[in-house]
Amino acid sequence: MKIKSRPLTLIVGYLLVGLLALVALVSLFWTPYQLSDTTGGRLSPPNLQHLLGTDKLGRDTLSRLMVGARIALSVGFFSVLIGAFIGITVGIGAGFAQRRIDESVSALLDILIAFPTLLVAMLIVAGRGSSLSSAIIAIGIGMSSIIARLTRLLVKRVLAQDFITASRASGTSWPRVIVIHILPNIWPTLIVSLALQFGLAGLSEASLSYLGLGAPPPNASWGSLLQEAQVTVLTSPIAAIAPGLCLVALVIGVNLIADGLRSQGDPTLRKI
Amino acid sequence: MLKYLIRRLTFLFFSIFLASVSLFVLLRLLPGDPANALLSVGATPEQIAAAQHKVGSDLPLLQQFLKWIVQLFSLRFGNSLISGVAVAPEIASRMSITVPLTMTAFLLALIVAVPLGFVAAYRARTWYGSALNAISQLGIAIPVFWVGVLLILTFSLRLMVLPAGGFPSDGWADTAGALKSLLLPVLTIAIVMSASLTRYIRSATLDVLGSDYIRTSRALGSSYVEAMWRHGVRNAAVPVVSILGIELATTFIGAVVVESVFALPGLGSLLVRAISQRDYPVIQGVLFVSTMAVLIIGFCVDLIQRWMDPRLNKSLTATRG
Repeated sequence: MKIKSRPLTLIVGYLLVGLLALVALVSLFWTPYQLSDTTGGRLSPPNLQHLLGTDKLGRDTLSRLMVGARIALSVGFFSVLIGAFIGITVGIGAGFAQRRIDESVSALLDILIAFPTLLVAMLIVAGRGSSLSSAIIAIGIGMSSIIARLTRLLVKRVLAQDFITASRASGTSWPRVIVIHILPNIWPTLIVSLALQFGLAGLSEASLSYLGLGAPPPNASWGSLLQEAQVTVLTSPIAAIAPGLCLVALVIGVNLIADGLRSQGDPTLRKI
Repeated sequence: MLKYLIRRLTFLFFSIFLASVSLFVLLRLLPGDPANALLSVGATPEQIAAAQHKVGSDLPLLQQFLKWIVQLFSLRFGNSLISGVAVAPEIASRMSITVPLTMTAFLLALIVAVPLGFVAAYRARTWYGSALNAISQLGIAIPVFWVGVLLILTFSLRLMVLPAGGFPSDGWADTAGALKSLLLPVLTIAIVMSASLTRYIRSATLDVLGSDYIRTSRALGSSYVEAMWRHGVRNAAVPVVSILGIELATTFIGAVVVESVFALPGLGSLLVRAISQRDYPVIQGVLFVSTMAVLIIGFCVDLIQRWMDPRLNKSLTATRG
């Protein structure tokens, strides 16, 4: 492990996610057709004008798929941001807390982890109504318990080390210890977990919008594309197959990145 | 063990209570009166008051809360705001589809995943060991509804051997029809689930295979299979059981997606419809029952783990580390 060559998994992962990110970026400025453009004729099969054909209203499938990439990536990004913020804060808090508080927090986290993200998400959508922000908040909160539990475990491990005692003995304040010792030490493991959660967030969002509880139309999330395509799957199977493939590519891409980061990261943290 | 059982049971009731409080807070204290579901846009003040009275949202919060707790623990969830049907029997009849669907898929996945996971670990360095690993990695990335749609495309629309969705109107009275319409949904869940279970079983087996006690047992002359059977299985099973619990809960809730793919009248589709209609008594009922299911599964998992591994004695829930 001395040679820091990038593992193949990492390269393939970056390629897959990078490609989707590029598509998402391009979709901000340009898509082959406007989303409201219905001039393509209904359910036309893939052809030179419409590479993936059109849907039952005559909208270009490729254009909608491109916008879907934007939604999937932004849901992943923002929900991981929310989940990481809550999770890391609670995890560090519990790691530092007295024994009783720490035990109650971890018992509570154990319960929360058992709750499927989809249930949490439906609960929040039931309260707030369905929208893109509901989905992001819900998925972020859903993953925060997993991140909190991991952070707590890692923080406890670092806190037991001699260099923390040494650092404290030489007069470093706790907040500074967190910034210069704890965060850098837990980061390699944490980032792997965050990457995995990013992929799962994409899947959760797709499930929600497949159920019609995600971003309302005309926001074409991959989940709702699939849901719409299901009705006409016999005449245009490509419209149902393509969004699924995109999702698989996204999740596999981030999983490969996570794997690569894990094998590249600090060897002492590898077994967690 | 008895002392633990009592402590864990107390904890279960405490967490169910906590969950019901959180449900109340989430659903009642958020902006938007539940009575709005009954009203159209230009409602008069009298109509609004009548609707609020019917829903009970005109009562003081504390009184609403007490009413809610009493309702939940007597398992009466009131009547649907939209159809007027009592919620509890509706939930029970929906469960008669969701529970068999989930359990059959779960058992099927387990039957497939245990041998596959074991082989993937035991023969990790062979080509089929790595192939199994790669396939199971792929499995966790595949959205369950996509598998469902592809199965419909293949078996219902192209081969035309199984129904694409729906459930016999007679319900379970038409047993053959019911089984036929559950076959593809069960397969859909089982395919995705066996992939992720295989992964967990593989890694748990790998951990055990590399342990000192298996090496010692091997050195004393037992074969790998003997050593695994005598010492390994129990040790490998402990972390797997906790994953199984989480997977079972996830599947029970995730069934909502599969039910929606196959237009099955299960618990999940009831919830989705209720959410879109803002039918609060139904939402509350389904969410409460689902929450209870998740908590009870967690309770059973902890008991089973405690029974399998007496070393887990100190903490209330089974976390090690």
